[in-house]
Amino acid sequence: MEETCNMQEIVKPENLVYKKSSLLLDKTFTYCPGCGHGTVTRILAELIEELGLQKQTVGVSPVGCSVLLYAFMDIDFQQAAHGRAPAVATGIKRLLPDRFVFTYQGDGDLAAIGTSETIHACNRGENILIIYINNGIYGMTGGQMAPTTIPGMKSSTSPRGRNVQTMGYPLKITDIAATLPGTYYVTRQSVHTPAAVRKTKKAMRRAMEYQSLNRGLCFIEIVSNCPSGWKMTPVESIKWMEENMLPYYPLGDLKTPAGENTNQ
Amino acid sequence: MERELKLMKGNEAMAEAAIRAGVDGYFGYPITPQSEIMEYLMKTDSFSRSGMVTLQAESEIAAINMVYGGAGCGKKVMTSSSSPGISLKQEGISYMAGAELPCLIVNVARGGPGLGTIQPAQADYFQSVKGGGHGDYHLMVLAPASVQEMADFVELGFDLAFKYRNPVLVLSDGAIGQMMEKVYLNPQKPRSPETEPWATVGKGSRAKSNIITSVDLDPDSQERFNLKLVEKYDLIKQHEVRFEEYLCTDADYLFVAYGTSARICKKSVQIARSIGIKAGLLRPITLFPFPSAKINELAGRVKGILSVEMSAGQMVEDVALAVNGQKPVKHFGRMGGIVATPEEVVEKLKIFFTEQN
Repeated sequence: MEETCNMQEIVKPENLVYKKSSLLLDKTFTYCPGCGHGTVTRILAELIEELGLQKQTVGVSPVGCSVLLYAFMDIDFQQAAHGRAPAVATGIKRLLPDRFVFTYQGDGDLAAIGTSETIHACNRGENILIIYINNGIYGMTGGQMAPTTIPGMKSSTSPRGRNVQTMGYPLKITDIAATLPGTYYVTRQSVHTPAAVRKTKKAMRRAMEYQSLNRGLCFIEIVSNCPSGWKMTPVESIKWMEENMLPYYPLGDLKTPAGENTNQ
Repeated sequence: MERELKLMKGNEAMAEAAIRAGVDGYFGYPITPQSEIMEYLMKTDSFSRSGMVTLQAESEIAAINMVYGGAGCGKKVMTSSSSPGISLKQEGISYMAGAELPCLIVNVARGGPGLGTIQPAQADYFQSVKGGGHGDYHLMVLAPASVQEMADFVELGFDLAFKYRNPVLVLSDGAIGQMMEKVYLNPQKPRSPETEPWATVGKGSRAKSNIITSVDLDPDSQERFNLKLVEKYDLIKQHEVRFEEYLCTDADYLFVAYGTSARICKKSVQIARSIGIKAGLLRPITLFPFPSAKINELAGRVKGILSVEMSAGQMVEDVALAVNGQKPVKHFGRMGGIVATPEEVVEKLKIFFTEQN
């Protein structure tokens, strides 16, 4: 008797280890291959679905690589001007206080042009979630130096490497957010390994659950690679990120709710 | 539904009218000469009176983007500022025009350019009626000339904003904002619990999610959107022109003036008539849409037109376009926060027109 693999026997609910979130629409991601954005977008969609928040969620997409985020996910969305997402989210949340409101922003958007909106939304303790993708570069506009570009790192506007004497220092805005009384949970994660993806999902779930408590702003930085902007292959970029970005932006919680242990 | 009579500053009347009209939210940043609007909303506690949210933002830029967020939820939200602050809001205003969001923006204008003066001016006309920010768009622009109109234009402004899904600007000035007059106020209206079908309030049981956006990377599709806006502005031009005529029927000379200048010119009409010059006044109430057809019609009957504004001559360009060469058009304006006297305006009328004859 020859044993054949019967598809009917394999495709069973109990054998399911992974599926696409029903919140993800059949629209091709505009992210480059190998970039962390796609993973974060996927985690976000999964969590909104798993927590049953689809009906009451309003997202705010930024200007940058994730400008078209609203096209990928089946939830209500507003697309904000460059850097202004935390102010837009403030307007939404103040008028619809029982909704889950989040922003999804890159480092140029959040830590350069939107520094003021970011700091003040954090400091007012707006009950929103900020998801902040830090890849140390302006990806969408073609790889220019960002506020987060690390010392010596090359970009199209720092072609000889970032010289801190003339170009200033990278801004650790997440560290600043953690010092502000209005933030409730501040953490820095990554999605460059399966373990890191799981940790990020856990942290994001925690942050989303905190929102219903209305105790302040939750802030998740995700250090990511940018193969296109860094002019590397995806594998090279991940190695470079581990060796260069993570020492400068160490992963882990920066602020946790008082009395709660969120060590992972 | 008795209206309540009060003596109030223009800025205060606008704030009180906003609460009574059932406005959902106000987001602002202090700047003279309009800070009384937010002060009044805080002092009288708009939230406890009607549930109206009042929030002081960290900048005019943040304030207009909070308005974007609230307006995107289909709520009646507004902001106010004065000239330099309105410049800062232009980015957000352009995005709101692009996302077709209704809202009310109030400019209690002062003299410029730059930091300029805190005294009243009408130097923001171009910025108000030609777009103001980047891209092809128009706001609907209402020009109050009294404390009563500061109050009345809140409700009118929101009606127009929601009717056309377009931002509405109230172009006032420091004089109208600061002066006290009697004002009749409407009774308190409840805030509307209804949501707009396009609003982002959470997907709920809708089949399709709602998106508020102004980005369209496909040129053909972006052009179709631009043409849709043009159609909307044409509709607005057909249906929403508002103006006041004062002694225009037998006028030989016509003043065109709005806001504070229109109040001055009303007096100038009386002075001119007392010395035998038959003057009249056309006061545009909407600056966009501009009462071009009316001015064109009146131009056929008068000998000359004097556009009076507290600026170097901005509205006069639209007056001249409307007159289309039929009759001479002149401009007179004081600047820097100086308001012309009615006598000064009559003198100019004589110099430009009657003394030459």
